[in-house]
Amino acid sequence: MKNNKWIKILIPIVSVFIALLVASIIILIIGEGDLGQRFVFLGTAYSEMIRGAFGSSSALMNTIIKMTPLILTGLAVGFGFRAGVFNIGAEGQMTMGALAATIFAVNATQLPSFIAIPFTIIVGMLAGGIWAAIAGFLKAKTGAHEVITTIMLNWIAYNIANWAVTGPFNDGSGTPKSPEIAESAMLPNLLSSQATFLSFGIVIAIIAAIVIYFILYKTSMGYEVKAVGFNPYAAEYGGINVSKNIILTMAISGALAGLAGTLESIGLYYRFYGTLSSGKGFDGISIALIGQNNPIGIIFASLLIGGLRTGSNQMQFAGVPKHIVTIIQSIIIFLVAGERMVMTLLRLNKKKGVK
Amino acid sequence: MPFKIPDANEYDKYAVVMKGIVKKFPKVLANDNVDLYVKKGEIHAIVGENGAGKSTLMNQLYGLYNADSGTILIDGEAKDISNPRDAINVGIGMVHQHFMLVGPLTVAENIVLGNEPLVSSENKFLNSLARTADLFSLKKARKEVKRISDEYGLEVDVDAKIEDLPVGTQQRVEILKTLYRGAEILILDEPTAVLTPQETEELFVVLRNLQKAGKTVIFITHKLNEVISVSNNVTVMRLGKVTGRIPTNETSPKELANMMVGREVLLRVKKDVHMPKEVVLDVDELSVKDNRHLMAVDKISFKLRKGEILGIAGVAGNGQTELIESIAGLRKSESGKVTLKDVDITSSAPREIRELGLSHIAEDRFKYAMVKEFSVAYNIALGRHYRAPFASSGLLKGKDIDEISKKLIKQYDVRPQEIHIEGGSLSGGNQQKMVVAREIDYEPDCMLVAQPTRGLDIGAIEFIHKTMVELRDNDVGILLVSMELEEIFSLSDRIMVMYEGRFMGEVKPDEISLEEIGLMMAGSTLNEVRGISDEK
Amino acid sequence: MDALIAVLSTFTNPVFYKLTLSASTPLLFAALGGLFSERTGVTNIALEGIMLMGAFSGVAGSYIFSSPWIGLILAIISGVALSALHAYASIRFSANQIVSATALILLAQGLTGFLLEPIFGQPGSTPIVAKIPDIHLEFLGKDSFLYKMIGSLSPFVYLAFILVLVAYFIIYKTRLGLRMRAVGENPEAADTLGVNVFKIRYFGVIMSGVLASLGGAYLSIGELGQFSENMTGGKGFIALAAMILGNWKPKGAMFACLLFGMAEALNEQLQSNPQLAIPSTIKPLFNLLPFVITIIVVGGFVGKTRGPAASGEPYEKKG
Repeated sequence: MKNNKWIKILIPIVSVFIALLVASIIILIIGEGDLGQRFVFLGTAYSEMIRGAFGSSSALMNTIIKMTPLILTGLAVGFGFRAGVFNIGAEGQMTMGALAATIFAVNATQLPSFIAIPFTIIVGMLAGGIWAAIAGFLKAKTGAHEVITTIMLNWIAYNIANWAVTGPFNDGSGTPKSPEIAESAMLPNLLSSQATFLSFGIVIAIIAAIVIYFILYKTSMGYEVKAVGFNPYAAEYGGINVSKNIILTMAISGALAGLAGTLESIGLYYRFYGTLSSGKGFDGISIALIGQNNPIGIIFASLLIGGLRTGSNQMQFAGVPKHIVTIIQSIIIFLVAGERMVMTLLRLNKKKGVK
Repeated sequence: MPFKIPDANEYDKYAVVMKGIVKKFPKVLANDNVDLYVKKGEIHAIVGENGAGKSTLMNQLYGLYNADSGTILIDGEAKDISNPRDAINVGIGMVHQHFMLVGPLTVAENIVLGNEPLVSSENKFLNSLARTADLFSLKKARKEVKRISDEYGLEVDVDAKIEDLPVGTQQRVEILKTLYRGAEILILDEPTAVLTPQETEELFVVLRNLQKAGKTVIFITHKLNEVISVSNNVTVMRLGKVTGRIPTNETSPKELANMMVGREVLLRVKKDVHMPKEVVLDVDELSVKDNRHLMAVDKISFKLRKGEILGIAGVAGNGQTELIESIAGLRKSESGKVTLKDVDITSSAPREIRELGLSHIAEDRFKYAMVKEFSVAYNIALGRHYRAPFASSGLLKGKDIDEISKKLIKQYDVRPQEIHIEGGSLSGGNQQKMVVAREIDYEPDCMLVAQPTRGLDIGAIEFIHKTMVELRDNDVGILLVSMELEEIFSLSDRIMVMYEGRFMGEVKPDEISLEEIGLMMAGSTLNEVRGISDEK
Repeated sequence: MDALIAVLSTFTNPVFYKLTLSASTPLLFAALGGLFSERTGVTNIALEGIMLMGAFSGVAGSYIFSSPWIGLILAIISGVALSALHAYASIRFSANQIVSATALILLAQGLTGFLLEPIFGQPGSTPIVAKIPDIHLEFLGKDSFLYKMIGSLSPFVYLAFILVLVAYFIIYKTRLGLRMRAVGENPEAADTLGVNVFKIRYFGVIMSGVLASLGGAYLSIGELGQFSENMTGGKGFIALAAMILGNWKPKGAMFACLLFGMAEALNEQLQSNPQLAIPSTIKPLFNLLPFVITIIVVGGFVGKTRGPAASGEPYEKKG
């Protein structure tokens, strides 16, 4: 029993470690000069990354700014995994949430803040939730694989958003962006330092994590979600409506992703950019896997990935393209998927030689 | 002449000798020093109840399992059979209970799979071309299959897709598979379990043809009529041991049933007479299909009253599972009506049915009755996790869940007495006790109980039986399905015997003997058993 | 009315047919690849990532070695490598095949974006490199309708359609193909007859890597002459939909890919048709069409068409 808990934490940690190792090897390969010079290069790259992520107050703020949507997309994917659904569509749900929220917020000039902000958030979450529920519905009723449907919905969302900000929702400037949102809809700031400001969004994200934690561990709904994810047969036997739970889970998952997009809009950019396809939805996958689908783990994981993302911007100046973070994440996901690989590596898999 | 156990120097006259076979699984001793003697060219039946160890024994003969100790001799020579390829090489073929066939492929393709003929020609160049291209000669395959099929009188359409064929024909394909690979010894595991009476007769003709062609046939069954029909010798097993060997013409179904079921002291629980009250469950002409779209439950009707235990006796696979699933709302029915306390629940969802006052101890507890990753406490909350006493307004009441779980696992002696460990970490017996505890705590008016004491020790069995009688005395209506005849006899006020989806008759436990009920379970109606002519 | 004539005129334009063929080609490679993998029972949704790697490696090889043919070889190697990872995790370690494939897509996206600067000295996209030359059928007459239609196609196009025949032959006429089909439907049955389930599955997955990488290579060194980030744009998933629509058969996949290819060609032709004057604000919405169709196919057809029964289930030996 105790072993189980430790293994659950060990696998993602080992996976992160291995991923960083592989990334280091890649960096060594693209470095120039002899081996010694390359190791210096590697060291510089890492120190730059840490400096960029945590080295100053504005760096730290940037990391926390990045964390905000990551906590939410991580929660989105993680919550889905709990019910046995793989929501790769967080990206598109985030886009739709951001778009809908921005449209509402742009037109919210007449509303006072205490109405504009909550309503904008609700609109954004609804948009994301509905977008995800489409895939959930298809899975529940036809068995359509949610991976393919959500990825397609990602592309559709991307195209719709692009069309919107180049066409009807353009701010007139010619670049693909929306008009600025009403002041009343802008989230207040927690901190600001030089040119960086940290909005209230991070608080909302952490509150969301607490809410999801509460749902998962303290409510009947959470019980049902987990039961469906572990054993849909037993769930049905225990009177749980499996279809309803799948759709509901996707909807909640999408709402979280939609919230992520909303907060980016009302807390950071104050408008919708056509090029907002940022990869945060995909980050959510590795965050959920590292965090083992647990809200607390997800917060830590998003700190890690947020740090990596912020730090990688600095790494670029040292000569390492920021795609390294995507590579690191993909390796982590791969290893967690093939967790028996890691377990065999650690010689934990003594039973049943799987050959 | 009784069965003669051969001396070692006679083993070469025996197609198969298995000596001292011991096979242990984590929780059960499946084969306890088993000896088997099968003469060349005979049809040999191995009989026993479920769990007697027959399949385990034959799986070792075919190399799917490896014995912990013991020897296998084929035609008098000791052989090392560690996998099916080895078995095939010494001329053994096996037809499993669950067919190993590939649905969308044709008969010919299924038979030659793994040993497919190549396209060949007189021309050397074309020949090597065909080899490199790995060209499969469907023509040759069809020809060869047709040849074998004619030789042994096993008619098949070589071009038909397996998934379109009836079960009886599929079985023929399985037999042809073994013959294609040169099997001289054929093992058939419960071959008639899935056949209609007509197909069974056809199979017997095939078996006799095979025998005439010099093959040796071993078949596992629990159907005693068939043993008498077609076999030459019988080996009887019970609980991992051999309890009898006898030539078929010197025995009778009665005697075989005795050896199968045993003359042990019956575990009779103390039970007073109790007057049943009103009808709580009314099943009317219910028909249900199984996963293969065959009719598993065929117009079954019965009434269950509060305060009685209605036992359904029968060999596994005769529709009991589908019947229970249908009543519980886990499987759609084809026609008929189910009424619970005057409410039509034929198409109701499981939750509604539970809320009406029905609880259900599932037959396959690992798949259905529990979530192994959930804690014991959470498993106990399953099914009432959204209402009192475990939740209110959508919030789980952790303290109440813990308290009630603690109380229940103490009451039902679930070990270890820890409510926060994973359900899957408990032993099978304790898992079952946990499930029983939960379902009884529902305080239902009606209970569906399938295999309630499977895997439990005597003490636990007694406790559960006592509890069930108490429930009955408190006017709960219990529908009991069990493969353990003693249990059925012990607990039931009335017994119905189910065979191939139909009821063979209803009896009271003190009005029928074990042997008679065994015959009913094997397909005879009550009237036939009583010797009264069955006029319709 | 004018609009209708404009639409119909598309079908009389030979360029439309040429576009159809070239749009179907990458899809066809990937769909056939997906077919090989799924037929043996391993789900491989990483086609998008393998295509991307193939596209990148093709350009990299052409750039570094000044030969698109070396690029082609590199593309195939990259496809084998990526699919080998998936095969190893899925077959040997019974990994969750969906998550594993998703990881590989991300890896491809990350790796290709990452290597742009180190190899080509610029981010985002590569410079133009030497392509695999088109095949010119001069004898058709340079101004003929036929020539404009099929007279200057990339050899990839020919290869793709030839591979349909090859795939058909392998799957239905060889012993290997029979065993593939058996393993994909009922691996246990095949196992009891001595067929090596694991070897067959490795073959299927690696083949999908080879074919999908060829599809990606076509996009870069067969058509465009360069690589840009995420240039596959979802084609790997559309290929999956085509595979499903085609009922996991080579011929079916071919028709499905032609359908999707035609949709893309139609889209392009209509958008560039001056007579239709589609406002530029609406144009992007047309791009949605292939994705919407894919959802409808996957959502609507998955139940109706039947994939290999054992697809997606890891196989482990018992007892």
